[in-house]
Amino acid sequence: MSSHPSPTATLNEALRAAPLNTLPRTGDADGRIGLRAQARHTGALVRRNLLWIRNDPQSVADAVLMPIVFALLFVYVFGGSIGQALGGGQERYVQYVIPGLMAMLGMNIAMGVGTGFNEDFQKGIMDRFRSLPIGRSSVLLAKISVELLRMLLATTILLTVAVLIGFDITSWPGLFAAVGLSVVFGSSLMWIFLVLGVTLKNAQSVQAMGFLVLFPLQFGSSIFAPPQSMPGWLRSFTDYNPLSSLADAARGLMTGGPVAHDVMITLGWSVALTAVMAPIAIHKFRTKS
Amino acid sequence: MTRIDKEPSGATRAVTVRGLVKHYGETRALDGVDLDVREGTVMGVLGPNGAGKTTLVRCLSTLVTPDSGQATVAGYDVVRQPRALRRVIGLTGQYASVDEKLSGFENLYMIGRLLDLSRKDARGRANGLLERFSLTEAAGRPVATYSGGMRRRLDLAASMMGRPAVLYLDEPTTGLDPRTRIEVWDEVKRMVGDGVTVLLTTQYMEEAEQLASELTVIDRGKVIAKGGIDELKAQVGGRTLRVRPADPAQLRPLARELDGLGITGLATTTVDAENGTLLVPILSDEQLTAVVGAISDRGVTIGSISTELPSLDEVFLSLTGHKASAPQDPAPSTTYEEVAV
Repeated sequence: MSSHPSPTATLNEALRAAPLNTLPRTGDADGRIGLRAQARHTGALVRRNLLWIRNDPQSVADAVLMPIVFALLFVYVFGGSIGQALGGGQERYVQYVIPGLMAMLGMNIAMGVGTGFNEDFQKGIMDRFRSLPIGRSSVLLAKISVELLRMLLATTILLTVAVLIGFDITSWPGLFAAVGLSVVFGSSLMWIFLVLGVTLKNAQSVQAMGFLVLFPLQFGSSIFAPPQSMPGWLRSFTDYNPLSSLADAARGLMTGGPVAHDVMITLGWSVALTAVMAPIAIHKFRTKS
Repeated sequence: MTRIDKEPSGATRAVTVRGLVKHYGETRALDGVDLDVREGTVMGVLGPNGAGKTTLVRCLSTLVTPDSGQATVAGYDVVRQPRALRRVIGLTGQYASVDEKLSGFENLYMIGRLLDLSRKDARGRANGLLERFSLTEAAGRPVATYSGGMRRRLDLAASMMGRPAVLYLDEPTTGLDPRTRIEVWDEVKRMVGDGVTVLLTTQYMEEAEQLASELTVIDRGKVIAKGGIDELKAQVGGRTLRVRPADPAQLRPLARELDGLGITGLATTTVDAENGTLLVPILSDEQLTAVVGAISDRGVTIGSISTELPSLDEVFLSLTGHKASAPQDPAPSTTYEEVAV
């Protein structure tokens, strides 16, 4: 047996006293975590993600470069010919595609939640968080907040480039409404990627699965081209594709036109996706071992 | 609620585990584990890969919910009081669980804030621990630029941010070079000197011997031996004398004769026919001298001779009669991995 002398203090005194004296208590006797503590924990975790950007600026390269590359490519490669079909030219296509690209960005950024979460699990840092006396929801909330910031950053850059290449904003309130709608829909998509991030083996699979879902949804929609010229079977898909509704709603809000129907459909999808996927994601996150 | 963390003598245990069971599909990672760690001691949990060591630590740190059984840490139940329990534990896993993209300081500061320290206290404690673990110079650099040993030291510092009463070290030196291993051992010894109770899992007998005062040996989710390190060493042979007779035909008769003399350790002499050697358990220098004398008295020519600390394999061989890696194991022991998932 051990030769360590048994300390005079009993364990209850020593152990219960130690955390009481060294750590301010933030919960009741069962260790429940209060709202203020939860906000502080979430803040510390958001800060972690913001520090990444300072230490590794490449980690925001996708949010910064993607909108620039997409806007320039689509407007200058397809703008002329699709614009003609729309009854104008390249300047007509700018008005058409920019609101669509904004809808698409939210989806691409939302995928980052999945890969980021997956990496945290792989690297063991998630074990550290989950063995700390913090609410597990703080980890989720922090990740979602950071991705929302990235979404807003990407959207701002997209709109700046858009204005520089001739995009004409006809309604500022409409612009803000469109940004809000994209963010709402994008954050409902985050839950899907969270489920993938928690379930799949590594970040590469999350990305591969993500693109498998993203590409048909994005191209089979009214984001890049009006669906009128598409074959019937594809049109029935694009008509029900929520990205079409989001793109049409954003278009209407930013450049004028009917919006009510598409806004309702987009919000309906957002609520439905969140209602179904958020509980699954939270459950998977809590019970992942 | 029945208290299971009181000993009859009134002394209290820091960790008490009773009949803990955890399945992963068909595999029983933990198959009814009992374990007691007394306050202020270091309990070594020794076992091969896949024995269930990591699953045990994950159950005790609330990362995994056990299927059945009971476990308390510092009086808190792992299933019923997980939040209170997390407040008194520190965890250092097999893989350094620190954020590579943050600096050493930022890692510790973040953990301090997550532990509800004020900004000032978090900063002070982070700097204190960086100094203590000789990381002050590297404090501002991203962890990605750290060496393996520095990462492990930072991981230990991170576990200490909350002044834990019970510290889990899950294979703290796996994958480190020998020099760095000794460095980490020294740090652990200092932490133990501060009165922290430690649960250490390891695959290395040498590490257990360096750090632990008591040992629990587990294999395939079951405890197969426990006791003070000296008791266990006696059981498996404190050292092993490896003798290769020049004539392999001598192996078995010599083994029988040595056991008959009663001058070796408590375990019996093992024949390693593959290598043509005898493994003789030895408890003291006197026994060593007597055994070598006895061999030469028999007129046996010695081809080679050496003494070594028992490896995990040999510990297992003498405790269970099978090799630690157990290739004959019919159970699909690779269906789960002992890693942080």
